[in-house]
Amino acid sequence: MAEPTDSRVEQVRGTGIPLVLDDIDTDRIIPARFLRCVTFDGLGEHAFEDDRQQDPAHPFNSARYDGAGILLSGRNFGCGSSREHAPQALMRHGVRAVVAESFAEIFFGNCTSLGIAAVCAARDQIEQLAALVEADPTLEITIDLTTSTIQAGDFSCPCTMPESARVALVTGEYDFLAQLLSAEGDIRNTAGSIAYLNQFSGSSN
Amino acid sequence: MSDRRNLFNRVWDLHTVRTLPSGQSQLFIGWHLIHEVTSPQAFQMLRDRGLKVMFPERTLATVDHIIPTDNQARPFVDGLAEEMMSAIEKNCREFGVQLLDLNDDRQGIVHVVGPEQGLTQPGITLVCGDSHTSTHGAFGNISLGIGTSQVAHVLATQTLALNRPKVRRVCVTGELGPGVFAKDVTLHVIRKLGVQGGVGYAYEYAGPVFDRMTMEERMTVCNMSIEGGARCGYINPDETTVEYLRGRPLSPAGEEFERAAQWWLSLASGPDAEFDDEVTFAGEDIEPTVTWGINPGQSVGVTESLPQLDSCPADERKGIEEALAFMELNAGQPVRGVPIDVAFIGSCTNSRISDLREAAAVARGRKVAPNVRALVVPGSQLVRKQAQAEGLDEIFREAGFDWREAGCSMCLAMNPDRLSGREMCASSSNRNFKGRQGSPTGRTLLMSPAMVAAAAINGHVTDVRDILEPATV
Repeated sequence: MAEPTDSRVEQVRGTGIPLVLDDIDTDRIIPARFLRCVTFDGLGEHAFEDDRQQDPAHPFNSARYDGAGILLSGRNFGCGSSREHAPQALMRHGVRAVVAESFAEIFFGNCTSLGIAAVCAARDQIEQLAALVEADPTLEITIDLTTSTIQAGDFSCPCTMPESARVALVTGEYDFLAQLLSAEGDIRNTAGSIAYLNQFSGSSN
Repeated sequence: MSDRRNLFNRVWDLHTVRTLPSGQSQLFIGWHLIHEVTSPQAFQMLRDRGLKVMFPERTLATVDHIIPTDNQARPFVDGLAEEMMSAIEKNCREFGVQLLDLNDDRQGIVHVVGPEQGLTQPGITLVCGDSHTSTHGAFGNISLGIGTSQVAHVLATQTLALNRPKVRRVCVTGELGPGVFAKDVTLHVIRKLGVQGGVGYAYEYAGPVFDRMTMEERMTVCNMSIEGGARCGYINPDETTVEYLRGRPLSPAGEEFERAAQWWLSLASGPDAEFDDEVTFAGEDIEPTVTWGINPGQSVGVTESLPQLDSCPADERKGIEEALAFMELNAGQPVRGVPIDVAFIGSCTNSRISDLREAAAVARGRKVAPNVRALVVPGSQLVRKQAQAEGLDEIFREAGFDWREAGCSMCLAMNPDRLSGREMCASSSNRNFKGRQGSPTGRTLLMSPAMVAAAAINGHVTDVRDILEPATV
């Protein structure tokens, strides 16, 4: 399951898929019954499974958006459960970036860990871009993390992302494990200085 | 110079290993709780890289999400659940992590087990691959839900790369009325601040209403912080916290306990502590609260009616229309009287002994309405034993509730306890998302355990204050 650490994410190019609703939770992205697994394999085909069953017009049912890599959504995308299965399902479905008005924080962190660019843009601009995608699903969208812009044909708008995540993606260092591990000495020193890890004998505070 | 840091920032600073090149903090994690759903892929990541668990004694595992609450014989009927169960047993053995399994009477919902054992203490950092880890903040610490990659980070390094959130003080003044519970307080806060109102923040809950709460009530409040978008929630440690921890298996003992208590109390935000934001609610304004929609912010007081579309902000109408259509409820209809098919008392939000006592006080001597399927699922084996010692199981059985083994049960659709079809469930759990309780079209009304019991008895949403004898509320 190791992600390559040398894959810089400076730009994401692809066609779009519009799902501009608010508060889309991770139970909707991947219903819990598909979490009965010990690997993330095969989750892609179940992305939005229940919403798709209930709504034949759901964008994830439409052949028009086959192969789309950039998901467009609304406010508070990815709220609810911390399940990394949600961004895994989107990624395995082909999503490489999500543009939304805002993100729930655990979901955002999970995306960054996987190299998925989760960027925020203004609602009216997301809706404008969604309308362009609906009119022409072959429209190529480019999200440029080095300039923090989204561009598609004549359309262009700024996008934002917390700087630490942007730097991690642009430099390809979004797999934090090696970085964290390199400080083993400091980790053990910190552990030695915390009262509750040492029978409350220290006076650290 | 006086230290005006709030508790959150004190604990954060204490655990900071270093600042990473990205600007994030590398934060030491005092306790790591794991369960069967979000850990198998993390252990595999360690295996793939040839890594060990750096501090295996700082990790504790239990099983809760997938386990059946009726027939627990192994192998489980559900082959996938059995595979997950076997995986956590194997992983814990291989990596030297203690597992509280079904044969251990300390097993239960991970967020019930930690506090019960005295593992959850003030001043610590605690994480778990589960969003309701915010529960543990009731003790005055930093408790965060994390994803599976981060579970791997903590297993391998006992640290995480994190951005420091801002801290908002959420005050509730005055007093709660009779029949108003901690669940109502948290649903009220989420209703008023919105399901994304807390994004970017940790919540400090403060003021007389929280000061008077028991630890179990505080856990219910902190549990739902994530539903309001906050990264976590906490309540400053006080004598209530100290007394709850005294004598628990993993609490310090003897003289060490007194040193610990002194340290715990010293961490609390002082009267001049600084916050990034502050909001205040009046306890008197909080009613028994019921959700009517498809996120936990879509709620009303039990004497109120559902919102009228023309009185809602324009940018919320689409979401409200979607919710009403899914729930098959009408704008402007009273929430009282909405018929239910299922009543569920349980989950990491409301499955502790005090929750069961409150529900039993309503169920005592009454009968579950015909056509309502009702179940009570204790949060841990120890809660179950305690409830049985008090005779609560008999009260529930006599009233027509199923009395189950400990687990997450019908909160989340990963075990055999599920809604079917369009069933409407009065639930003491934390999420009313579409499909959350196991039927893709099933519907959920969130409320306090006492309100669930009242709905079970009457077969529809009921103001529990109308059922409880004035003397008992």
